[in-house]
Amino acid sequence: MRRFLAMSAAILLLAACETQTAGTGGARGAGGASYAGAGSTSAQQELGANVGDRVFFDLNKHEIRADAQKTLKAQAEWLQQRSSLNITIEGHCDERGTREYNLALGERRANAVKDYLVALGVSANRITTISYGEERPVALGHNDSAWAQNRRGVTKVN
Amino acid sequence: MIRHRKRNEKDFWIGVLSLFLFVLVALPAQAELRIDITRGVVEPLPVAIPEFVGKKTQEQEIGQKIAFVILANLERSGLFRGVDPGAFIEKNVSLNIQPRFADWRVIGTQALINGGVKLELDGRLRVEFRLWDVVAEQQMQGLAYHTMPNNWRRVAHKISEAIYQRITGEQGYIDTRIIYIAESGPATHRIKRLAVMDQDGENHRFLTDGETLVLTPRFSKTAQKIVFLSYYQDIPRVYLFDIETGIQERLGDFPGMTFAPRFLPDDSAVVMSYAKEGNSDIYVMDLDTRQSKQLTSNPPIDTSPSFSPDGERVVFNSDRGGSPQLYTMNADGRNVRRISFGKGHYGTPVWSPRGDLIAFTKIYQNRFFIGVMKPDGSGERLLTESFRDEGPTWSPNGRVLMFFRQTPGNSDGIGDRIRLYSIDLTGYNEREVVTPLDASDPAWSPLIP
Repeated sequence: MRRFLAMSAAILLLAACETQTAGTGGARGAGGASYAGAGSTSAQQELGANVGDRVFFDLNKHEIRADAQKTLKAQAEWLQQRSSLNITIEGHCDERGTREYNLALGERRANAVKDYLVALGVSANRITTISYGEERPVALGHNDSAWAQNRRGVTKVN
Repeated sequence: MIRHRKRNEKDFWIGVLSLFLFVLVALPAQAELRIDITRGVVEPLPVAIPEFVGKKTQEQEIGQKIAFVILANLERSGLFRGVDPGAFIEKNVSLNIQPRFADWRVIGTQALINGGVKLELDGRLRVEFRLWDVVAEQQMQGLAYHTMPNNWRRVAHKISEAIYQRITGEQGYIDTRIIYIAESGPATHRIKRLAVMDQDGENHRFLTDGETLVLTPRFSKTAQKIVFLSYYQDIPRVYLFDIETGIQERLGDFPGMTFAPRFLPDDSAVVMSYAKEGNSDIYVMDLDTRQSKQLTSNPPIDTSPSFSPDGERVVFNSDRGGSPQLYTMNADGRNVRRISFGKGHYGTPVWSPRGDLIAFTKIYQNRFFIGVMKPDGSGERLLTESFRDEGPTWSPNGRVLMFFRQTPGNSDGIGDRIRLYSIDLTGYNEREVVTPLDASDPAWSPLIP
């Protein structure tokens, strides 16, 4: 009898599995936007074309490089002229690390960008951050050039 | 006739012998048939599994499928090799008579598994099996199971598990499940879904629809609950998902990203990373009180925590020394020790359910390895190497590791293949765990209760 009960429990377990997608919350979710801020398309385009919407990082680093400092200064000026816009900073990594470490590293990069913009006078209230770790590369190759493009902080207009 | 011979304590003798020799321990004559799974097996044990007999057609069909699933399970363990059914001399091996051992020995069989299937009047299925030591000419095991006919596969797993336990003297991992992330689409817009399947790839189902990015699922001790990272509404947080009820909930109310979750060994709490203003530290959240406790607090990254099975120590990944390395600490965060000292970077440490080893991902000169070391950092041993091998998970008996492997396509990064693989702790028996799509982040369930 004990064995039969165990088997019955197993059937219930399987049955429960089949209904799981009906659950609410984390695993489903509407939207499906993989990137933050699909909102202000024209502002985003202007930022990307005229100012530069991204900065790059060295391997396993989150320090703002000299070339990135220039871009972020331009971003800060641009943002200060548009005080109604809020932004999200995405932190990204290359694939040369573990997934979990890269989530942490992406978070650190996004915050490094945020801190730099705040130091230049952009209000911290206007900035949110999100780490995508290595989940959203822009370059597909498995080489130094692709990895350099993927280690990035991207400023998105909300 | 022995019908339901119970396993007794001495059957669970655990062989802990040196690792120097790679031999199969299947002693002939009087000694009992046994495989020592602490050794690398170069010569799998030849086992014959005739179709389980039945009177009705439906019984025979189920009996055929059960024998097939048992053989597949045993062969996948790398410890057994099926004897070609075409060579069988004795046909229709009934449960009621002793097998003709000489007929089995002459075709090279060492273990014989036979069985019978009967549909009872109440609609239930009765499956009975015997395990025979052909050389010693004695029965090693005999058990019967009752279930509903559509649950025959589960019975086949239970029987496989019983045979594995009887012959190795250890708990197995056959009646288990894998939860993992099914992947599809281009890398720049990868679709990731939670999926669960039996250890043999059957009963596969997707648990999420792919709308939301999900990562790193892990099972609870009871295999009823999962923790994972979800980007629901673009807010990456740890979620708790109850398979039995289908209920999901965000775990805690942290203002920043939570990630890298794992249950504590007793399921009382979840350990995870919380990133506060860019700095990731390790927290434990009690599942009853929902109170969280901070275990690490310093500027470097602390992530990928995993508790020892006795709940006393935690292994984790930190770059406090300048690069990602492995550290252990007490359950309260004190007594931190670095344990990885080899060349390269280390990540995703996972404490073995036996407590004796820690599995990890290692990255050195752009190659990825799965390896193990003792909890004090000694005895590092690398089991696999490839372009990318990552994220080990232990079988519940601590004898097998599963991980994911990315095999690059062309130089433009098109055509990559990401799949699950398993390998024995001995370094033998590496094989792909077949999934319908690309797959990553596997987590092995405990034995299903």
